[in-house]
Amino acid sequence: MLAYIVRRLVWMVFVIFGVMTLTFFISRVIPADPVAAVLPGNAPEEAIQQERERMGLDKPIWVQYGLYINGLLHGDLGTSIRTRQPVLSDLLRYFPATAELAITALIMGTILGVSLGLLSAVRQGKFLDHFGRVFAIWGLSMPAFFTGLMLIILFSHTLHWLPQLGQMPAYLRRPPRVTGFLILDTMIAGNWSLVWTEVKHLILPAFTLGWLSTASIVRITRSSLLEVLPEEYIKTARMKGLHESVVILKHALKNAMLPTITIIGLRVASLLEGAVLTETVFSWPGLGRYATSSFLAIDFSAVVGVTVFIAFLYSFCNLVVDLIYGYLNPKIRYA
Amino acid sequence: MLGSITWRDFSKHILRNRLSLIGLVLILALLILAVIGPTVAPYGPYATDPLNKLQGPSGTHPFGTDNLGRDLLTRILYGARISVTIATIVLIVSGGLGTMIGIVSGYFGGGVDNLLMRITDLFLAFPRLILAMAIAAALGRDLRNVVLAVAFTSWTVFARLARGQALAVKQQDYVEAARATGATRRRILFVHVLPMCISPVIIQGTIAMGGIILTVAGLGFIGFGAQPPTPEWGVMVSDGRNYLPTAWWACVFPGLAIMFTVLGFNLLGDGIRDILDPRMRRS
Repeated sequence: MLAYIVRRLVWMVFVIFGVMTLTFFISRVIPADPVAAVLPGNAPEEAIQQERERMGLDKPIWVQYGLYINGLLHGDLGTSIRTRQPVLSDLLRYFPATAELAITALIMGTILGVSLGLLSAVRQGKFLDHFGRVFAIWGLSMPAFFTGLMLIILFSHTLHWLPQLGQMPAYLRRPPRVTGFLILDTMIAGNWSLVWTEVKHLILPAFTLGWLSTASIVRITRSSLLEVLPEEYIKTARMKGLHESVVILKHALKNAMLPTITIIGLRVASLLEGAVLTETVFSWPGLGRYATSSFLAIDFSAVVGVTVFIAFLYSFCNLVVDLIYGYLNPKIRYA
Repeated sequence: MLGSITWRDFSKHILRNRLSLIGLVLILALLILAVIGPTVAPYGPYATDPLNKLQGPSGTHPFGTDNLGRDLLTRILYGARISVTIATIVLIVSGGLGTMIGIVSGYFGGGVDNLLMRITDLFLAFPRLILAMAIAAALGRDLRNVVLAVAFTSWTVFARLARGQALAVKQQDYVEAARATGATRRRILFVHVLPMCISPVIIQGTIAMGGIILTVAGLGFIGFGAQPPTPEWGVMVSDGRNYLPTAWWACVFPGLAIMFTVLGFNLLGDGIRDILDPRMRRS
């Protein structure tokens, strides 16, 4: 097991290094000139030259690459041209909002997915089965940005139940930053009416993102339950006279959850991707929006930084899922 | 796994499953619209009519008009052609690239295989949309570069698949016989191994198609793909979004077009997965 973890960690370092190298070179072949993005069009030649030197763009690309790696090893991801802040501090500032959104989305998606999968399996071939399937495939077919807009039309514009943009109204004062997670910070500040406002802001984006995950969760829960249900121990449990709900929930579902957990874990990683579109629609101040704005502004350091950071989160989630899976399933021997 | 199903299996199961059939009908409808759409479209895709801007759905404009008075139905019909063309090119490029990498990797094995598969893993460990955004931003934001960006991020699944096929085919007697008669490695790869990968790659391509269309539309929506005034669906939703509270049709209809297209591919893909998953077969 230890050897496996070490091997995975080495691979993870290799992946992040590869991702970094790839984005570094992709971002350096950009035809657009980042200097032009900072200085006005009529800037004198001298100033342009100075700015190029300051950004290190006058050096050969290999030297730039070496300097970047050196910085990375010291925890320095460079400075963003757009925000004029160190990229790492930008990333850490925007990350909690995305985490808050992704975690809520995952919880919503899991509850919805597992219950629909369960109902589909128990009522195999009946109406609920078809409904579960269509609902899941439908969610997979809705572009996240379109789902978001439809929810805004329905719940914000028409019914006026839920707010549409951001984490909280812009005119209210943010609670002092302790953890960076807005809802937690507001709870710490003891401002409970603001917590409620924030929860309302979270519902629509989280559902938008969560619906994407339900499809695969419904599918896998249904198929692994169908596999478990004909087993002898389920029959035994029924013959013991246990109530059907106990048989399904305690005996069948528990054993059917392993593949479901894997899928949920894999979804964690792709939630980061869905967050890009969801955050754009809902003006959610997270990593996704930061990534979009940096890419659009061709902000070198931020582009590489945000990509490396997301690749890190992505591989880290996958690693954790694999380890949990190995822990839960003693049949797997990592040797 | 994918190689073991035949086209007859395929058609038999798909036609029996009502949901996959709906998917197939949606896809056929899309293809027909993509081909004949521009000829039956009532207006020009770029024809503006400022006097009739943001008109709701009516007899003259069934889907309404956008902020420049362009007919939305017309633009959606043109958009169908754009989406189908782009997704097809992406599929050909990524399917071709992936298949090549896969068969070389599987057939030669050893160090080549190891290197190519580690590169594949590297790409799989990467959030696809982010990489596509990076490439699209680097190359310049237009439709041609979107094709490259999305193709560059979707070849991995085909590589894995073709590699598996190549590994299986390599052991077959007829390949052994070809080798014994002195066929060159290139000949064996292209004449004996490659044809065996084509139908699984096409099937996998159908499953992947929905995701590709979503990625292209998503890139268009956030501004990395096609640029206005191109009648690309993602761009149209993004445009229409600014007039949301009142002119809902400007973003709802293009959005529905994306949804039904992707739904078609996903329903069909779901049916295909059922055929591939023996536990799900009800025969």
